[in-house]
This record gives sequence, C-alpha cells and structure tokens, in this order.
Amino acid sequence: MRQSYRIIPIYTADVSGVCSALYELGGMTVMHDPSGCNSTYNTHDEIRWYDQDSLIFISGLTEIDAILGNDRKFIDDIEHAARELHPKFIALAGSPIPFMNGTDFPAIARVIEVETGIPAFPVPTNGMHDYVYGAGIALEEIAKRFVEVPDSKKDGSSRSVNLLGVTPLDFGPQENVELLKANLEQYGWKVVSTWAMGDELETLQRSAEADVNLVVSAVGLRAAKVLREKFGMPYVVGTPNQWMVEEISNALDKAGVRQPEQPTVYLQNRMQQDADITLIGEPVTMGSLAAGIEKKYGCAVRVLCPLKECEALLGGKDKVLLGEEAMEEALKDAKIIVADPLYRPICPKNSSFYELPHVAFSGRIYIR
Amino acid sequence: MLQRAGKKIDSKEAVLKIKDASYPAPFASELEYNSPVHGNWNIVHSGMQVPESIQIYVCADNCMRGVVLTAAEMNAADRFSFVILEEQDLLNSNLEDITVEGVTDVLNKRGDHPKAVLLFTVCLHHFVGSNLDYIYSELEHRFPDICFIRCYMDPIMQKHGLTPDQKLRKAVYDPLPDGEPDEKTVSVLGSDFALNESSDIKRLLKRYGYTVRELPTCDTWQDLLDMSKGKVFLDIYPAGKYGMETQARRLNREHLYLPGSFNYEEIEQQLKQLTDALGLPELTEAELTREKESCESALAAAKDLIGDMPVALDYLYHPRPLGLAKLLLTHGFNVKAVYLDGISPEEKDAFDWLQECAPELELIATIQVKMRMLPRGGEKEVLAIGQKAAYFSRSRHFVNLVQGEGLYGFDGIRRTAELMMEAYREEKDTEQLVVQKGWGCECCL
Repeated sequence: MRQSYRIIPIYTADVSGVCSALYELGGMTVMHDPSGCNSTYNTHDEIRWYDQDSLIFISGLTEIDAILGNDRKFIDDIEHAARELHPKFIALAGSPIPFMNGTDFPAIARVIEVETGIPAFPVPTNGMHDYVYGAGIALEEIAKRFVEVPDSKKDGSSRSVNLLGVTPLDFGPQENVELLKANLEQYGWKVVSTWAMGDELETLQRSAEADVNLVVSAVGLRAAKVLREKFGMPYVVGTPNQWMVEEISNALDKAGVRQPEQPTVYLQNRMQQDADITLIGEPVTMGSLAAGIEKKYGCAVRVLCPLKECEALLGGKDKVLLGEEAMEEALKDAKIIVADPLYRPICPKNSSFYELPHVAFSGRIYIR
Repeated sequence: MLQRAGKKIDSKEAVLKIKDASYPAPFASELEYNSPVHGNWNIVHSGMQVPESIQIYVCADNCMRGVVLTAAEMNAADRFSFVILEEQDLLNSNLEDITVEGVTDVLNKRGDHPKAVLLFTVCLHHFVGSNLDYIYSELEHRFPDICFIRCYMDPIMQKHGLTPDQKLRKAVYDPLPDGEPDEKTVSVLGSDFALNESSDIKRLLKRYGYTVRELPTCDTWQDLLDMSKGKVFLDIYPAGKYGMETQARRLNREHLYLPGSFNYEEIEQQLKQLTDALGLPELTEAELTREKESCESALAAAKDLIGDMPVALDYLYHPRPLGLAKLLLTHGFNVKAVYLDGISPEEKDAFDWLQECAPELELIATIQVKMRMLPRGGEKEVLAIGQKAAYFSRSRHFVNLVQGEGLYGFDGIRRTAELMMEAYREEKDTEQLVVQKGWGCECCL
C-alpha cells in the first residue's frame, strides 16, 4: 500500500518548505496550525533556527476557532505581531485543518495587507504535499510580487545569473551554497542573487538585472517560469557541481541568447545502458550528480525520485517513486546505491550503500 | 554567529514584573514562537516507554515529519511506522478505511508481532467524525493477539481540553488488567522518569518492604501489566494526574496525587497522606526535622558557593517554577527571572507570595513572538535552572534536567541545591545540549 511506511521517514512537507524558502527574506511567515507544524519545522527542517533570526510563527489554532470560523483572531494576532516586529511582508501558510474547513487565505491576506500596509500573501499549502511544492510556490510568490523591472537590463556585467531553488533542505549549510557560486564564478559568472540563502529580499528584487536564471533544484522551477513570463528571462536547469559546471556554464551562455528548448542540462548526453548506480533524491541535484558521475567515471546512473510533480526533471532511466513500498521494490536489483542514510533499511543487504545525507529527508541528524 | 532581523523592539508583553502580572495567564494568547530548546518529552518519547510495543501514526505529511524524526533521532525508527493521509482521503474517501487498511498493511509488512500497538489518530479524524470504535474493533478483530492502545495527536483540542500528552499518560495504562492488588505494592503512574532511589517516597516504601512499580523501569509487557497490582496508585507529575485517577477509578484502587513540591509543609502533608493510605506510621517529628535540616544545609552550601550570582529558572525544569523561586528567594538567592507561559493553579499560593514579597521578580514568556527578537542574555552570567532559562539568558552554567526528572520531596530540594552547585562549577555546551529532543532519551545527534 503506497501510503503505509514501515521504517523510513517522510520528506519535509510543504509548510516547512514555505518557511525554509522565505527564511532569510525579512518577512513574517505564519503557519495556521494548532501546534505541530511549528516544532516539526524548527526542530527537523530548519538548521538555521538556533543561530539566525527569522519571524516564523504559528497561529495556535484552536478547535473552537476552527469550527466557528473565527478568522478575526488570526488576523488580529498577525497584525499585532506585525506592528511590533515590522516584517517586510507577511506570508500565510495553511495546514490540514484550515484546508478542511476552507479557510479563505487570499481574503485574509488582503485584509491584513489593507489594514497594515504590509504586503501579505497566501501560500496555498495544507501539510499534505512535499517541500518542493511548498518552497516552490513560496519563491514563485516572491517572483510574482517583488521582483522589479530593472532600470537597465544589465548591471554592467555581461554574464550574470540568479540561482533559483536554494534552501538548506537540499543544500545544507551556507558553505555548500558558496561552493556552487564559486564553481560558477570560476567560469566568469557573476551571481546576482541566490533564492533564497545568503541574500536579502532587496537583492532578490533586483534579480531581473541578471542575464539568465539557473534552477539548481526543483524548488526553483516555478520562480524561473514566472521570471521568464514577466521579464523574458531565460532559464537553465542543473546544479553546478564540480563535474557539471562547465556544461552548465555553456548552457547558460547559449540561453543568454535564446531560451533553450531543453533547459535541463544534466539530461543531455546521458548514457543509455542499464544503470550501475542508483541515486535517490531530489531530481535536479541528483540528476546533476548522476550526469557528473557518468562523465567522470563512465558508469551509468539512474535517479529514483521520491518527490511529486518532478517527472519533467527526470530522464529516461529515472523514475518518480512515491512511497516506501515502491522504492523498496525498485531497489531490489540495485547494486550500488547513493542515498540518505535513512534509506539503508529498505536497501538490499548485498548492495553497496554510500551515504549522502539530505536535510529534507533525515533532517538535522547528519548535520555536523 | 547570531544574525538578527528587523528593527529594535521593546520587551513589553513578553517580560513582566510579577507585581504587574495577572493570574493564571500573564501573557496574551497570540501567535506563538518556538525556541530551539527541545529537551521536553513529546508523545513519541513517552510512548516508547511501553515495552514490546510499536507506534503507528495516521496523519498528514507535515504532522508526520515531526514524530517520525523524533523516533529516528532516539534510534527507535524500528519501533515506528505510519500511514500518510492525503487530500483524496479527506475529499473522496473516509478515514476509517485508510486507517484500518493502512495499519493492517504496516503490520503485515513489518512481520514482527508486537505485544501492543500505540495507534495515534489525529485532528483530522476528529474533525471528520471518524468512527474510532469501528477502527479499533476492526483492527482487534484482524489482530486479536495485539493490544491496540488508543492514542491521540490532536493538539487542536489542547487549549480547551486534555492535551495529547495527558491522554497518552492515561492510554498507556488502559491495558492494565483488573485483579486483586498486592498489599505490598505501590504503582507510580504518569511520569516519564522513575523516582530517584533517594526520593522520599522510595526511601519510605523501601523501609516498609514495598515494591514500587513504575513504567520507566518496566522491561517487559508483563511488567507493565503488573503495575495493576499496586494497592495504591500514585502520580507525582501534573500531566499524569488525569490518567492515574482514571485508571484508579477503573480498577478500584486507592490513589494519591502527590505532585513534586518545594514547600516543606506540602511535602510533610503529602508524606502523611501516603503513610495514612498505606496504614503506616507517620514520619516522626525528629525524622522530619532531620529532613528539613538536611535541606537547609544543602541550600546554605549552595548559597555560599553561588553567592549573589543572578539566577533564572523555567517551567521546563520543574512544573512548580514559582514554588522553586520562592524557596530560593527565601534562602537568599538572587532570583531574577522565571520563564513560563502560564501559571498552574497549583502555584497560586506561590504566585501570591511572590507578588507581595518579590514584586520585582520578572516573569518572561517563552512562546511570545518578541522572544524571537529580544536580545538573549545580559552583561552578567546567570545561573540558569532549566534549558529554557539557559537558552534565553545565554547561560553556560545551567541545571540540565527537565520535567522534574525523578526528583521528589525533601530529597528533590537537596538534589536541586546540589545540581545548582554543579552548574555553578561546570560550564556546559548549551547549544549542543538543549537542542536534543527528549532529555534523558537516547539521542543520535
């Protein structure tokens, strides 16, 4: 049964994804939930919680307010906090009960925006999707509402890029992000903004000054499409790891002229034979790693993706597999597996297992 | 490196002088912040105390994430399974079927055969009016040799009724069978921690040859069932009171609620309640005097060492933070602040006393939104009692213990004094310690 899990955990969900994506932008994110979403997020899904402030709160929804539809308390509490804390924007994320009782988040956001003068928007989560969706729609909202038309198309640099889809859920601590940026800079690229680690909202607002967008994880794809629609910015998909950065740099150059029909760099020139190595995880980072391994070592690699709505980011040998049962079945013949350590219990005993911790799966357990 | 956001804010609404505080809710109920202090036990930690059991949760992704990783972090992933609820289950199906079929599938896939399954249903089951009786009866029919324990993860009800934690502290004792009590057995229900061997209750019962049965010391399912043999049921932890009293009524046992206290008179009274209930001689005046003198001596030693160093304490260290503040203030300690979000009715007397005798004492919220932004710590190093006090006051000299642990009575006072001295002498890595979930549990971090 797809929905039953014997031993492995579940990926970070949409509500935490929203919080993670907006964490460093100076806004206030409010989860409309009784309790659990808050501690889940800041304990397991947010590695910045101890050292870096962010205005992320929970509404403390009660049974009575949910049943009676008492949205006024929710609104008043948010407005009161906002007047004290002066966020740059207010994001509202829903959980299962508000989904069930049909809480009108767009209307609530509108009321808050009118009454406080602070930009407010809903991020339509319900706690039943994965983080790719949640973080993705959060960044999509930022792209829709905040990115400004540039004074002039260029900031003076001829080769500039935004990195879209950067959260600790896929990339861990900031130093990993700096490595990605350094890889691109080696090829002469200037990183204008990183969505959304290490940069403030004001930096993201200037994103349209860049030549091209690079979607480094599935989280960034929605924002890339918005920026293309709004500003005609082309995008390329791929994570600039050490083995793939050259291909990605070339693709970015080409995209600067025209939006490529196949923007997914890591799916080009892949090996066709049966895979020797299986990677499990987020499609863009794992796909880029797979392409890098094939290029460097000549071993065929496949990606098994346990996240929803990622089919378009996978290659012919790759698969979306939802649930423990489907994943365990698909791994039966795997000889070499690279995945988060918490996958090990469903891997064949005779397989070789290489640990690649993923915050969105095992949380903070392997962060050192 | 701490990075701060936003503009400077004042502390009003998050920090109060006790003279200005209202009872029982000194702080408004608004949006909530959750600090990175996680030493408190949650329902996963408490549920894992049931020997030879597993836990199965049936809920949506975001709720599931927190509990499944709690189990993983305590190296107990093999005792945790779950069923995910999706939109389609709410919109086009019913939660009875997905729950029954999901749990059945999990149990069939696991292949092991636990004595008990702690099955957690959630807010969604409640809101759609799921027939829990049907769910459990069907599962009991399919797995007649497994005991299904009715547990709840429904925090939406916790502000107006019982918390999931309180319900769990009742549910885990539902399997206790009816039967004749053992005259020389006392069962302590409701706590996550076994009473210390040196605690007043353990010493007293040991002196008269009683067996003390407690869930944290149960190694087998049968050990848990044997807790029903207690002639008297005790509870010393507030969140366990409802469960203990419910089970005592069901099994027709005498019962006592003897909450851990920092007040000599209350402790004496509780010990008298216990000896009366068991038909034992009361502690003599001489014995009580010795106990109190011993406490006074421990507190004096602590005061000599700690001097006028500011002290901050919290509700996470012990359910009676105001009682502890009063005890320390009356023994000359420089108590500056108590971190709490509400005041227990059990602390009304201590609250009144502090309002009158220590009006400048600060009450500081832990979940008020400003606590995210206010500077942590001041110029002077603080001796903190409890993890939240340590975090918010940025102290590295703190007593690292939660929920009163196994402290009790006069012995609890002495141990607190000793722990304060230990905290004064030894520096701790606060960040490393307070972020770990479930203080005292195994932790892989």
